[in-house]
Amino acid sequence: MAEQVLMLALSPTMEVGTIVKWHKKEGDTVAQSDVICEVETDKATMEYESVNEGTLLKILVPEGGQAKIGDPIAVVGESGEDISSLVEAAEQKAESAAAAAGAKPPATEPPADVKPSMAEPAKAAEREEKPAVTGAKPPAAPQPADGIPALAGGLKASPLARKMAGEQGINLRTLRGSGPGGRIVKRDIEKALRQVASYGAAAAVGVTGPAIAGTPAVAGPTASGRDEQIPVSGKRKIIAQRLSESMYSAPHYYLRIDVDAGPMMTARSRLNARLPREAGGKVSPNAFLIKFVAESLKNYPSVNASWQGDTILQFGKIDVALAVAQEDGLITPVVRDCGSKGIVQIDRELKILIDKALTNKLAPEEYSGATFTVSSLGPSGILEFTAIINPPGSAILAVGRIHKVPVVEDDGSIGVRSQMMLTLSCDHRVIDGAVGAAFLSDLKAMIEYPIDHLY
Amino acid sequence: MANYEYDLLVLGAGPGGYVAAIRATQLGMKAAVIEKDKPGGVCLNIGCIPSKALIHQAELVRSGKELEEIGVKVDATGLDYSKVFAFSRKAADTLSRGVGYLLKKNKIDLISGQGVITSAHEIEVKGHGKVSGRNLLIATGSRPRSIPGFEFDEKTVLSSTGALMLEKLPKRICVLGGGAIGVEFAHIMNAFGVEVHLVEMLDHLLPLEDEEAVEVLVRSFKKRGIKIYTSTKATGHTKSGKAVKVSLEGRQGREGKRDLEVDQILLVVGRVPNTDGIGLEKLGIKLEKGFIPVGSYYQTSAAGIFAIGDVLSSPMLAHVASKEGEIAVEHLAGRQTPTRLDPNSIPGAVYCEPQLASFGYTEKAAKEAGLEFEKAVFPYRGAGKSVAIGKSEGLFKLLVDKETREILGAHVVGAEATELIHEILLAKTAELLPEDIAVMTHAHPTLSEGVMEMARMAEGRVIHV
Repeated sequence: MAEQVLMLALSPTMEVGTIVKWHKKEGDTVAQSDVICEVETDKATMEYESVNEGTLLKILVPEGGQAKIGDPIAVVGESGEDISSLVEAAEQKAESAAAAAGAKPPATEPPADVKPSMAEPAKAAEREEKPAVTGAKPPAAPQPADGIPALAGGLKASPLARKMAGEQGINLRTLRGSGPGGRIVKRDIEKALRQVASYGAAAAVGVTGPAIAGTPAVAGPTASGRDEQIPVSGKRKIIAQRLSESMYSAPHYYLRIDVDAGPMMTARSRLNARLPREAGGKVSPNAFLIKFVAESLKNYPSVNASWQGDTILQFGKIDVALAVAQEDGLITPVVRDCGSKGIVQIDRELKILIDKALTNKLAPEEYSGATFTVSSLGPSGILEFTAIINPPGSAILAVGRIHKVPVVEDDGSIGVRSQMMLTLSCDHRVIDGAVGAAFLSDLKAMIEYPIDHLY
Repeated sequence: MANYEYDLLVLGAGPGGYVAAIRATQLGMKAAVIEKDKPGGVCLNIGCIPSKALIHQAELVRSGKELEEIGVKVDATGLDYSKVFAFSRKAADTLSRGVGYLLKKNKIDLISGQGVITSAHEIEVKGHGKVSGRNLLIATGSRPRSIPGFEFDEKTVLSSTGALMLEKLPKRICVLGGGAIGVEFAHIMNAFGVEVHLVEMLDHLLPLEDEEAVEVLVRSFKKRGIKIYTSTKATGHTKSGKAVKVSLEGRQGREGKRDLEVDQILLVVGRVPNTDGIGLEKLGIKLEKGFIPVGSYYQTSAAGIFAIGDVLSSPMLAHVASKEGEIAVEHLAGRQTPTRLDPNSIPGAVYCEPQLASFGYTEKAAKEAGLEFEKAVFPYRGAGKSVAIGKSEGLFKLLVDKETREILGAHVVGAEATELIHEILLAKTAELLPEDIAVMTHAHPTLSEGVMEMARMAEGRVIHV
C-alpha cells in the first residue's frame, strides 16, 4: 500500500523545510532509516531518514522546493502501484499552499549553486544581493530562517528594544524579530550584541564603533549535535581570498601603544552636548579616531601609501575605511578625503555608510580603495587585538576597548585613566619600524593633546 | 515503531496537568490524565479556589462595619461558619466538575487511581492496570510541609488542607508561617472573629515581597488586632486540656522566650514536591533538593519525559504550572515556543485585605543584584476613586532601570491590587516603557489611574501627589 512521505519537524522550532538534495531517485528502493533526502530547517541541514519501506514512486517536492511540516514530499510504495489519487491529493494541497504564499516577496536565500565570478570580486559581491536562480528548479518559497517574516517597510520593535538599539547604535533594520508577530524585542538586541562579540573572535578584522550588524544564521547554537557543512557564499570567498592574500604577501609587523582616551571622550561629550538633537545623533568615537588618524597621516605621508611591486604609491588623499561586520561577512566602507573634513562631517558620512553596509547597499566605490583602515572591537569588550592589513593600504589600526586603569602620575601619585590600546599592523615593504613607531606615537599625542597640534 | 495507547500521558490533573493535556489535544495529540484524587488538583480542591471563597465571605462580614458607619444595624450573631464552609466546597466542587467536563469535551481520558511510572513509556495505575504513552508529563504537584515537633494531625496541628476543611472555627489560632498562605488564613480567621497570632521566622511577613509594600499590609493587620511575631521561631507545643501551648523563641534573644495559649495551630511553612513514590528512580531521574531538574522546555534527564509545576524549583503557583505545561507540550508538538518562563515576569498575588500583587525585582533584590534603578511610589489616596470607595490605604510601586527605562519590578498593595498588577505586567512583557503607560489615557475615576500616576512619577511628571 503506497504511503505519502511527510515532512517532519526536524528541529523543535522548524515550520517549513527546504529539500536541499534528494539522495534517492524515483524507482530506487528505500529501506527504513535510509537517508532519502537532505532538508534545510531553520537551524541546519538535516538528513531525512525514511520511516517508510518500499520503492520511491514519486518525488512531490523537487530539490530547492519547500514543504510545511506534515505536507507530503514523496510517495513510497510497491513498484507498479497506482498512486494517482495520492499524487493528486498532494498536488492540490501544494497548489493551495502556493496560492497562499503568492503574495510574499521573492526568495531571499540564494541556492547553493549560484556561482559568483571570482574574476571580478567586487561585482560578484554586489551581484549576490539579487541571486539568480539557475536550473529548472522551482524558486524556493519565501520563508526566512525561523518562519518569521523579515522586516519590510514598517518596522516592528518594542519600545524597550528601540531604546536599547538607539543607545547601542544598532540598526534595527538589520535584525530579525523573535517576539510576537516578528516584533524585535530585547533578546534580539542582546543576541545581536553577543554575536558581534563572537564575530570578533572569528575574524581578525572586526566590527566598527557603535553600529553593529545583526543575526547570522550560522552563529546560533545548533540543536542537532551533528557537524554541519555550510556552503561558502561568494562574499565569504572574496573575504577569504583578500585576507589570505594580504596576510601572506605583505610582511606584517605590529606596534602597540596605550593611549589616554579621557580627553577625547570628554571632547566628545562636550561636542555631543552642543549638537542639536535633530542633527543626526551622537558623534561616535570612531569619527574622532578617523580624524586624528588623518591628521597624523598628514605628518607621516609615507604611512599613507601602497606597495605596487616596483614602486611605492604615496596617496594624495587620505581615504580612511572602517571595518563593519555584516550578517554574512564584513565590509570596509571608506570616508573619502578625511584630511579636509571635520569630525562632525566625518561622523555623518560614516553613519550613512554604516547604514548602507548593514543593509547591503554599498556601491563598490564606497567600499574599495581605502588608503588606511581602522578596525574597532572595543564595543565587544576586546582589550587589544591585531588586524590584517586591508589592501591597497599598508597599515590598519586595531582599536581596543576604553577601560579604566590605575596609573602612576608624573608626581608619583596614583590616578585613574581611561586607557585605550591601539595596535598598528604595518606592511614592512612600505613602512619601516621606526616610521610606523613615529606615526603611532604621533597619533597618541594627537589623541591625548590635540591642542598641541594647533601651535 | 512501537504502538502506544496515547501520545501523551499526564500524571496529575492539577492546573499544570489538565491544561497541558488540553493544549496537547489541540495540537493533535491523544492524551490521558492520571489522577488519584479529584480533577483540578490542590488549586481547585484544597487551595486557591476554596480559600478565595472563604476570603470573599470574610470580606462580606467585614463590610458590615462599613454599613454600620452609615447607620445600618448589622446583626452578625447568626453567622454559621459551617455554611461558609459549605459555600467554599460548592465552589471547589463546581470547578472540579468543570475540569472533568473540559477533559471530556477534549476527548481526554481521565484515569482515576494512583499512578506509578514503571518505564519511559508506561504508568501503572492502581486499580486500572498499565497505560502506555509515547511521552510522559510529570505534574504531581506538592503537599504541605511539616516540621519536627509539629506533625499534622489536622486536629491540633492543621495543614492548609485541614484549615480549609474546618467546619467550625477555633476561638484562638496560632498561624506558623508568614508567607502568602499564612497571611491569607490570618486574614480569613480574623474576619470571622478568631484571635490570630501570626508567627514568621524571618524578619518580615511575606519575605519574598517588597518590604515597603508589606509594611502597608502589616499596618492594616495590626490595626485589626492580628498579633504579628517576626524573627520568631516556634520550638514546640504541648496540649493542656482543650487548649494548646506553643513555645516561641525570638531570634538572638530578641523578646526572649514566650508561650502562647491557643486552641489550634495552623502550620503553613511551605510545600514539599510530590516526587517520591512515583517511580522516578526507574527513569534514572536524580532530584536536586527534592525537585526535578529540567531543561529549557521542561525536559527531564530521561528522554521523552517532561515535568512541570510544583515538582520543579520554579515558584509553586498554579499559573506557573499551567504555562509550563503549555510550553512543554508545544515543544513536544514541534511548535516554536518561548523557553522557560522569565522569573521576573511571573505575577504573585496575596488575597487578603489589602491585597498585595507583584512581579520582578523587589527593591532589596535590585540593590543586591547591583542594578542601577529608580523607584516611583504612588499612594492609593492619590487616585480619587480609592477615597470615594473608602479604600485609600495602599501604594503602587515601580522599579525602573535607570538607563534603559525597562520595568524591573512592580508592587501594588491595596484594593484590587491582584487585578491592577496586570496592566503593569503587560507593559513589562511587551517591553513597553513607563512612558507608554504615562501617556495612555486612563478612565476617571478608576484605581487604574494609580498605575498611570505611578508611571508618570517614574518619568518625573506626576500630578496627584
